[in-house]
Formats: sequence, structure tokens, C-alpha cells
Amino acid sequence: MHEVTPARPARRRRGVNVFLWLGVSLLAVFALLALFGEVVAPHDPNAQDLFAMLEPPSAAHLLGTDNVGRDILSRIIVGTRYTLSIALASVLFAGIGGVALGAIAGYFGGVTDRVVTGIIDLLLTVPNIVLAIAIASVAGSSATGLTIAITASFIPPLARLVRGRVIELAQEDFVAASITVGMSHTRILLRHILPNAATVIIIELSLNAGQAVLIGSALGFLGLGVQPPAPEWGTMLGASREYLTMAPHLVIAPGIAISLLVLAFNAFGDGLRDVFDPGSSS
Amino acid sequence: MSKLLEVSNLGKRFTIAGGLAGKARTVHAVDDVSFSIAAGETLGLVGESGCGKSTVGKMIVRLLEPSAGNILLDGIDISHLSHRRMRPLRRRVQMIFQDPNGSLDPRQRAQDIVAEPLLVSGMRGAARRRERVADLFEKVGLRPDQMRNVPSKFSGGQRQRLAIARALALNPALIIADEPVSALDVSIQAQVVNLMSDIQREFGLAYLFVAHDLGIVQHISDRVAVMYLGRIVEIGDTARVYQQPSHPYTRTLMDAVPKPDPSRRHRRLKVPRGEVPSPLDPPSGCAFHPRCPAATDICRRERPLLRRVASGAETACHHAD
Repeated sequence: MHEVTPARPARRRRGVNVFLWLGVSLLAVFALLALFGEVVAPHDPNAQDLFAMLEPPSAAHLLGTDNVGRDILSRIIVGTRYTLSIALASVLFAGIGGVALGAIAGYFGGVTDRVVTGIIDLLLTVPNIVLAIAIASVAGSSATGLTIAITASFIPPLARLVRGRVIELAQEDFVAASITVGMSHTRILLRHILPNAATVIIIELSLNAGQAVLIGSALGFLGLGVQPPAPEWGTMLGASREYLTMAPHLVIAPGIAISLLVLAFNAFGDGLRDVFDPGSSS
Repeated sequence: MSKLLEVSNLGKRFTIAGGLAGKARTVHAVDDVSFSIAAGETLGLVGESGCGKSTVGKMIVRLLEPSAGNILLDGIDISHLSHRRMRPLRRRVQMIFQDPNGSLDPRQRAQDIVAEPLLVSGMRGAARRRERVADLFEKVGLRPDQMRNVPSKFSGGQRQRLAIARALALNPALIIADEPVSALDVSIQAQVVNLMSDIQREFGLAYLFVAHDLGIVQHISDRVAVMYLGRIVEIGDTARVYQQPSHPYTRTLMDAVPKPDPSRRHRRLKVPRGEVPSPLDPPSGCAFHPRCPAATDICRRERPLLRRVASGAETACHHAD
């Protein structure tokens, strides 16, 4: 049962939003690494040094080297670009697709709604990682395939969320008022309904971005994502699992990178929710 | 003379889905309602909650699709026009909603709310629109420095003024006011009603004033229609209906209006007996008969039609004279 919670502690609402700032600053760091990876990286991420294989962390290689002597730190830094761009692109495309489908189904109702909801419900019965694996195996093992797979797995839940919010908003009198002044349905959707649904959508998308990182890495790990030698984190994880007992740092470093990025997106999403929607608890 | 608005035999049925085994049932929210409104006139529409009075208003602005009957606006039948065909006619009839908290988009600035009808109707030139908005702000008694505020910065009464300004923007001939003051503080109600009267005089507007507050309706209306369970039971000039109510339901309603008359203090009020029957299962004959002190056999069998009675009003009662 839900407890009846009194108003949120004022500290959160008035003071600094810790989650939001943690998320924003972590994301800023990752964004800089993604943009200027090659400049920042101490070594060439693909340069092999067969005399320094599986070396533990040292002054020359802060995070050690992998099975063909590549600098792990450099690979992680340069790899940020793959992970981040896949996450952002899939969230962007899922946002467009999910919002369009959900808005049309929720606002116009009728047959359109029944068809769209039917398909959404069908897809929702498949866990999204499984859906993503299925699509990735068809779309091919590349950054593009990965993006398509993740996008597709995000659209159904997002469309459902948007549809619900749109149905709720369509009942509002300000929508009725817009009809009585003679506004077209398209304009009502774009000017009144979607702006009022925006916060829910933005929060959901920022949480989805964290999910996208996880799914992307998982597919990379399974060999369905970006192919080696590209330094994508999930792919790096997958390639180094054989050396787990010999050189655990090969697995730990990309693992921590993935966790940090997921943490960044989730903290950002939670922080946004606290700002926009202080009443809700999750 | 042709009437601005003529409503004839208007009906609205809602279908309520049954449960797993239950069958769908039909509610007659509005049944066989006819009236007309002339230019510049106010018709008050009163009745208890759930009697269908708001549904009538929403059908006239085509927020709800009528299930029966016709709505003639300036002689044009608008009862089944499509959303697109209806759009050019909408400037003639506007609506003020009950709750200004819900009828104003919380994310829009006041000036954009009022400018929106202008924009939609194709008024060109931002400067002209701004001028018109400023003009409307003044008409409804809002300050120009409030134009950039969002609705939450306004008080309840001011929000309703904003909604009135929006309704006036297109220079309508008729405004459907759906309980326009019942969500407001009592102290503010009179101000808003007076504003509506002033505006009516200035622009020659007609109102369909839907309300349950009999005092306010008496104040603003030229004629009054009383609804009970989806039907009009009495309609006529305000003075006649209030002073000589001829339908037993109207009489009990009028009796419930507080009057500053000390001699009435100890008299027992004639409050209708029992509850309003469910519109899912309306009584046979006259819908009011289970609660009516004067009911006889014929009331249980036959539904009374509106007919002119001695007071000059029209009443749907077998026993009125």
C-alpha cells in the first residue's frame, strides 16, 4: 500500500537538486569525451603493443592494456562516442516515433487507436532486450543496426505513455475551448496537448537513454552490436571475458564506464522529474 | 423575425457499456428539448446537477454530437456539420466554461490565450492582434501589465474575465455560458455577472446562461427554461416563471430560493420529496411524478407536453392551469 506522504521535504524542492546536477555534470564530461576523445586519449586506441599485453594498470597505461596490448583508458575514452551517440540517436528517433504514434492514437481514438494499441500491446509482451536482439540480428551488426534495434524497442512503451497522457489532456476544457474558437485538430495537438505532455515525455526519454546504454552494451557483448576492433564498451566487455581470471581489469574498466553513463542518465531523469513533477514518487 | 438560435426536439443519448454479462444501456441525457434565442436576449437554463443542461450547451457549440433534433444558427442547420465545415461558423457562437482553471491552457500567456481565436480566424498582423487583445483586456477589466502572465498568476475571478475576453474576441452573436460563476467565490460572482451584463448591453450579445443558482439566473435572464431529467418542464419570461411558477417542480425550486422575508422564517419549505430518479431508468409518464405532491393517475401513464398556461409561460404538467 501507498503511505500517505506529506509534502516532499522542502530541502529537495528549494535547495540544490543533487540528482539533476550529478546527472548534468557526468553527462557533460561524457559529452566532452565523445567530442574530443582522440585529443584527450593518451594513446592511439587501436595501436597494438604486442610486448605489453594484458598489463595491469601502471603509470604508462592508467587502466592497463588488453589482450593485444591496446591502452584500455584510450579505448574507453574514444569509445564514449559510440555508446553516447547510439543512446542519443535511438532516444531521438524513439521520441519522434513514439510521440507521433501515441498522440495520433490518443487524440483521434477510434479505429486508429485500436490498431495502434493492438500493435503496441503485442510488442510490449516481448521484453525489450529480446525485441532488440531480434531486430539487431535482422538489421545487422553495426552502430546503425544497434540504433534501429534500440529505437524499435523503445517506441511501444513510449507510445503507450504518450497516448495515456494525450487522452487525459484531450478531456481538458482548454481543448474544448480551442475547438469552440475554431482551431484545427492538428493545431490543438501541436499547440496545446503536446506542450502539456512535454515534461512526461522528456523525463521518460532521459530515463530511456540510460536503458539504451545498457541494451547497446548488452548487444555489443553478445556480438550483435558494433564489431571489433571498434572500442565500443559492450564489445570490449564481450571480447575480454575470456581473460576474466587472468586480467580482470579488462572487464572492470568498461563495466564501470557503462555503469557511470547509465547512472548519469538516470540521475538526470530523476532530477528532471523532481523539478517538473514534484508530487510524484517512483 | 428569424431567431438567432433555434433548437428543436434536441436529444442526446449516451450508451453505457454493460459489464461482462450486462447489456449496454442507454441514458437519455437530453430528450426533446426545444427553445429559441433572439439576438441580444438571455435565456437562463436551470435545473439540478445531472439534468442535462450543460449537455444542451455543449451540443449547441458542437462539442457533443446531438443524437436527435436540429440546431439552427442564423437559420443554418449546424446539428451535423463536420468539424471542418463548422469552423467558419464558430465565430458566431462562443462558450464560457465553468472552471477557468481548466479552460485556460496553463502554459499559455494571457495575451496568447486571447489572441488565439484571432489567429485561428485568420486575422493578419501581429500589431493589429495586439491592439485587439489590449482592447479586450480593457473591456473585461484586466490590466495591460498582466498580459504576459500565465493563468496561474491570476485570481479565479480574473481567470474567468480572461475566458470572457477570449469568448468575445471573435465578436460572437451568442455566448453559451456554462455555469460561468459557480466555480468562483461568492464575493466575485456578482462582479463577473455584472461584467457579463455590461458586455451584453455594449455588444448586443445573446446568452444561453446555464446555471443552478436561481438568484443569478433571475438577475441576468430575460427568459428562463427549467429542466428536469433531460426535459424542459417550464419555459417563459423570467418574471412569470419566478413569480407564478406553474410546474410543481418549478414551485419547489423557487421555494428553495432564500428570500429576505421574516414571515417565511417558520414556514416549512416545500422541498421535493425523495431523490432525483436515475436517468438510466426514468419514471413512466411525467418524470417528476414520484416526487410530485399533485401527482395523479394520468401523470404515471402519460408524458405531459409543453403547453401555454395562465401565467403566459409554457409548462409540461397535466395539472397546471
